[in-house]
Amino acid sequence: MSVLSSLAQLEAVATGRAQPLATVRHCHVAAEPLVMVPLKLAGEAAAPLAVMLGTERAEPTLLVVPQPRNRDLRFAFAADLAKLVLEYVESSRGATEELPPGKDGEERVRYGGAPQLLVPNRAGVGFLRMLGRSTRFRRTDGPYAVDPAVPRLGRWLTWFADRHDKPGACLLMTMTETLRLHWATGQSSLEDGNLAALLGWIDPPDGLDGPAAAARAEDPVTCPPAGPATDPTFDNEVLAPAIAAYDQSGDDRAEERVRSVLDGQLRPTWELMWDAIGLLRALPEGASVAARWERDRDSFTWYHSTFDESHPQARRDPAVRAARRLHDLERAQDAYDAQRAFDDPLVMAEHRLAGQAFGGVVTESEPTRLDESGRRPKLRPHLRVATEDPLQLDVGTTVCDAARPALKGKIIEIDAAGGVLLELTGGMGRKLVPEPGVVPEPGRRVCFTSLGTGSWGAAKFPEREDTPWTHGGPPEEYVPTDEDAAEEWS
Amino acid sequence: MIETTAGDPARTEVDTARTDLDAARADLDPSAAANQVVEDVLADLHGGHRGVVVDSPPGAGKSTLVVRAAAHLAAAGDRLMIVAQTNEQVDDLIERIAGKHPDVSLGRLSASTYVPSGRVTGHASVRVATKADDLADRTVVIATAAKWATLTEGSWPWAIVDEAYQMRSDMLLRIAGRFERALFVGDPGQLDPFSTVEVERWAGLSWDPMRSAVSVLLAHNPDLPVHRLPVSWRLPASAAPVVSDAFYPFTGFRSGTGPGDRRLEFGAGGMGTTYDRALDEAAASGWALYELPARHALRTDGEAIQATAALAVRLLQRGGVAHSELGTSPVGADRIAIGAAHRDQVTAIRAMLGQHGAGITVDTANRLQGREYDVTVVLHPLSGRRDATAFHLESGRLCVLTSRHRHACIVVARAGIPELLDAHPSTEPVHLGVPVKFPDGWEANQSVLAHLAAHRVRSHL
Amino acid sequence: MTHDSALERLRGGAEPRNHDARTIAALTANPGCARRGIMDAAGVDKDAVARRLGFPAPFGQSQFAITRGNAFEAQVKADGCAELLTLLRDRLGLDVPEVAYDDLEVVAGNESRELRHARTRRLLERALSSGEGTLFDHPLLRLDIAGQPAYLEPDVIAFQLGGRFHIIEIKSFAVIDGQAEPEQVAAAARQSAVYVLALRRLLEELGAPAERVSHEVFLVCPENFSNRPTATPLDVRPQLAVLGRQLARLTRVEQIVGGLPDDLTFELEAEELPDAVRTVEARYAPECMASCEMAFFCRDEARACGGTGVLGKAVRDDLGGVDSIGTALALADGSLDPSPDLAETAERLRTAARLRREALTA
Repeated sequence: MSVLSSLAQLEAVATGRAQPLATVRHCHVAAEPLVMVPLKLAGEAAAPLAVMLGTERAEPTLLVVPQPRNRDLRFAFAADLAKLVLEYVESSRGATEELPPGKDGEERVRYGGAPQLLVPNRAGVGFLRMLGRSTRFRRTDGPYAVDPAVPRLGRWLTWFADRHDKPGACLLMTMTETLRLHWATGQSSLEDGNLAALLGWIDPPDGLDGPAAAARAEDPVTCPPAGPATDPTFDNEVLAPAIAAYDQSGDDRAEERVRSVLDGQLRPTWELMWDAIGLLRALPEGASVAARWERDRDSFTWYHSTFDESHPQARRDPAVRAARRLHDLERAQDAYDAQRAFDDPLVMAEHRLAGQAFGGVVTESEPTRLDESGRRPKLRPHLRVATEDPLQLDVGTTVCDAARPALKGKIIEIDAAGGVLLELTGGMGRKLVPEPGVVPEPGRRVCFTSLGTGSWGAAKFPEREDTPWTHGGPPEEYVPTDEDAAEEWS
Repeated sequence: MIETTAGDPARTEVDTARTDLDAARADLDPSAAANQVVEDVLADLHGGHRGVVVDSPPGAGKSTLVVRAAAHLAAAGDRLMIVAQTNEQVDDLIERIAGKHPDVSLGRLSASTYVPSGRVTGHASVRVATKADDLADRTVVIATAAKWATLTEGSWPWAIVDEAYQMRSDMLLRIAGRFERALFVGDPGQLDPFSTVEVERWAGLSWDPMRSAVSVLLAHNPDLPVHRLPVSWRLPASAAPVVSDAFYPFTGFRSGTGPGDRRLEFGAGGMGTTYDRALDEAAASGWALYELPARHALRTDGEAIQATAALAVRLLQRGGVAHSELGTSPVGADRIAIGAAHRDQVTAIRAMLGQHGAGITVDTANRLQGREYDVTVVLHPLSGRRDATAFHLESGRLCVLTSRHRHACIVVARAGIPELLDAHPSTEPVHLGVPVKFPDGWEANQSVLAHLAAHRVRSHL
Repeated sequence: MTHDSALERLRGGAEPRNHDARTIAALTANPGCARRGIMDAAGVDKDAVARRLGFPAPFGQSQFAITRGNAFEAQVKADGCAELLTLLRDRLGLDVPEVAYDDLEVVAGNESRELRHARTRRLLERALSSGEGTLFDHPLLRLDIAGQPAYLEPDVIAFQLGGRFHIIEIKSFAVIDGQAEPEQVAAAARQSAVYVLALRRLLEELGAPAERVSHEVFLVCPENFSNRPTATPLDVRPQLAVLGRQLARLTRVEQIVGGLPDDLTFELEAEELPDAVRTVEARYAPECMASCEMAFFCRDEARACGGTGVLGKAVRDDLGGVDSIGTALALADGSLDPSPDLAETAERLRTAARLRREALTA
């Protein structure tokens, strides 16, 4: 949060419409994302009630557990869901790209595509994580056998949920968070958690403004919650009688009644999800989005191709895994923050306001200036930029051109009139004259920043079997047990 | 931070035993009490423990202990590695060890970008290298944790980990393979390590990578001896009880000097301005609260920034002289620090100081950790705020800011902080298995404010 | 007028709403709000007031959740808490002796709360002296809230082990691989702290030291996806400290009451109810919606005034001292000349506005 985004919220209040927080789209939107709107039974950790899913707006599939407390029905639901999700995962791979071999001569490939799951909100991710946890340890043989697809689903859902934690990853995204990255509304972040209200501000239905649309969205009868929690009044007055009727008769008509009431709860959110996808698609894609999606595809390629050799993910991360993962997340966060700023002048404006970047007009330019103090002359053009920004960088700081980060320089002087004198040090080619057009000429608008583009290198960690005594020593290797498989799911 | 885990009777028993020991030591004079702890620590290094932990409150002689322990281990013929958190700290330790024990061969392991400072190159016993192999003959090798973490082989019989509470446990994981036994030294009351990402998945795990190195170490090795340095040599008699009560409620400490042992005087008399009155109050009592009228303001509250800078400049102009057990010396710019919570505040204060305050250190709490000055001026983290956040309430932040001084600390704040604390909602989420931290930031803030109230000078009469 | 009668008048003659652990714990959620403070101290039925004002609180509970909660509790307590005892012995390794189980719930119909409380007192007194009597189900405790005794009928069990009492709180949210929803754990910790405090007060009345009630409570929850219970120790010292602070603070409500008009009442049928409520200042923040029945009314009021607080604390904080959305916008577009104390905020807002404009028109 900053004054900049706060101001956007104030403007949203004043205009009755959400205001942009981004000029480009900072996430990948797949051509065929798998939209999932799950519902769970109130009071239970992960008892699925229903899910509406599909890759096409016009053809949602609705899966329902007519009696969510019935274990067999739950696993039947899980098996149905597994088939659809696994099929989608397989179909998303596309053609395999051959990559140049790795350092150690290892063959490297990358799938041309990757799956993308879209759920309404964070709680939806939490639910998928729980559903993954409750199914990935199941056995497909023996006394508690389940459909072979069920544990596979569990492992994939766990993988998706883990990917969601990674800053900038687009394999599993929540719609509310994604929209909030691009728009500021005239309500609080808490209220933005309601997908219908959030979309009401961004794209109100005809005849309504943002506040009116958001108010309408808060009525659970008009706009059922986007799940996975259901509306208590719906539970008590509609769902409970329908489930009771199913319990009594167990026939298809009763099941159809449960399906139909749940369809009514899910359908509005389903439509909102696709509206939101349309809004996101309408934004031009940020320059770094494709590269991040490539990392996502790498991650998918690796998990998919090693799936059959690996165990289900452990219940909790052992010490080395935890430390590694934290390191990966922090690196990803760093890179993602910087990339968004370079991709989007509105994000860079945050850094300008914070004094870590400055924009303005070039007033003087000496593109061919040489530094001849050393043994060999060096190309060191000078550039003076007039800026009104509240600069907080010191003389001597290294900066780069926001539009072309390869162009680097150093702050030499900050004059009283708001002029910044830069000495350019790199990114102009190898000769003693700069490549044409690289050094900005007087009159050009430029923006320089101290943000770096290079991510820090990957750190070294001990192997799992070398976990030190300070952290409890090597953990036992995880081997799935009968007990895991027998774990109740009541 | 003192951590206690629910359902861990062992830790409570240890604490009780320690308290009994402390009571016995209270009768000793400060030097004897402190020395006894150091002797106990050194004795424990031969006790067969894999690790020994020493908690050191502000200015309790942590570095002295590290130097002594290093010399002690070296004398016993052990090679050892020392882990510090920043290059500054590494250089600092090298200077101290080389100065005090020129016979011990030292190696400074550093990144290729490191430019050796004069403090290091001036000593014949020190060799600087980027590869550990080049330092194989050195008795003591010192590097930052980040540098140690780049090594994948080599092993030292002993390590001393300095500022261990400021190190995250994932860093310890990466370097622990390099040593067999270790002495961990640090201040549990300062700022906890932090992460740029928010993830809950490891909450409650004994090896949570976001917890401090010491907390993870003790969770897995609850029987390791934990010592505590009982005397602050930095904090004056006016400050030790205040800091001890607010930030070390279960493990108090005392000052090494008595009430009359330190004096702060000014060469030039005051002109009766409110700044002068605040300085006089600080000189007389060791504390001053310079209170601006209540108002909600931006973080870079101009009035507060100006007052903070002006107080430091005025202090310099009046030619402060510090008398202490170390002798008499002028309070120059290098002996004054200004502390604030946020970087933008620091930048604004620096700009405001300009030429008049050249040489005065201005920094955030994070960067002031481990440093010492004669007089500090602190912009209170809650000044001018409408709502407190966990960041602003973190007890370690205020602890660092109010425990850097040998003579006096002047706190600048807008009126209204008690009301802000009063209205602060308490709805923090709770994670199972995560130790409860003491002191609570709210309580610590309240405790310091209660003390400061008696030293208030209002900016507007 | 005395303090008590002033509070009675505010209730409009209605019986004070009895506090429970949840409502007492909620006192710590927004202590800066005078409106809430007054209504809680007077025991006003906020839910009824909010409904009457046309802003009913959406705090419904699903019958599925209720059923699940009841079933789990019944299961844990069945056969004299057999499952619970196994859990304490096996899981936590506690050396629990053969125990007595005393259910202090209503035995014979309509026993008064005073009587039941007296019975709880007697039993605990005996347990204190003998060290025996291990499990006490449904103890009826009492806690003074702003001078009014509130009776607490916890579904918890007080459990004496090694001469110390522990509170056992049974909750039906799941603990999965050692983790549970932090918000739910926090709520449980706050409620348990209320019971610890009430039990401590009772022991003090009986002449026993408060420390004989442990600050460590046991949280009993379903484990993973099963109905099997698991017990987790929970240190509630932070919650106890906050609670102690806020209860002490409630007595200061007197000052606020003193400043209110003499004829102010929140009587439900009164026509001027909305105005009466508005007379007492609220400190609305979006977080209120999670815990206060009045939240939707207060939000509506704050929105109507154009307060920056409706956008959240972080936004209000970013705007420095500016409370009004209109003022902030006027400062940003330069149409309002700032007073000296708003000069910095104004400059910052203008810079922000210029940067937004530049980026959006580039």
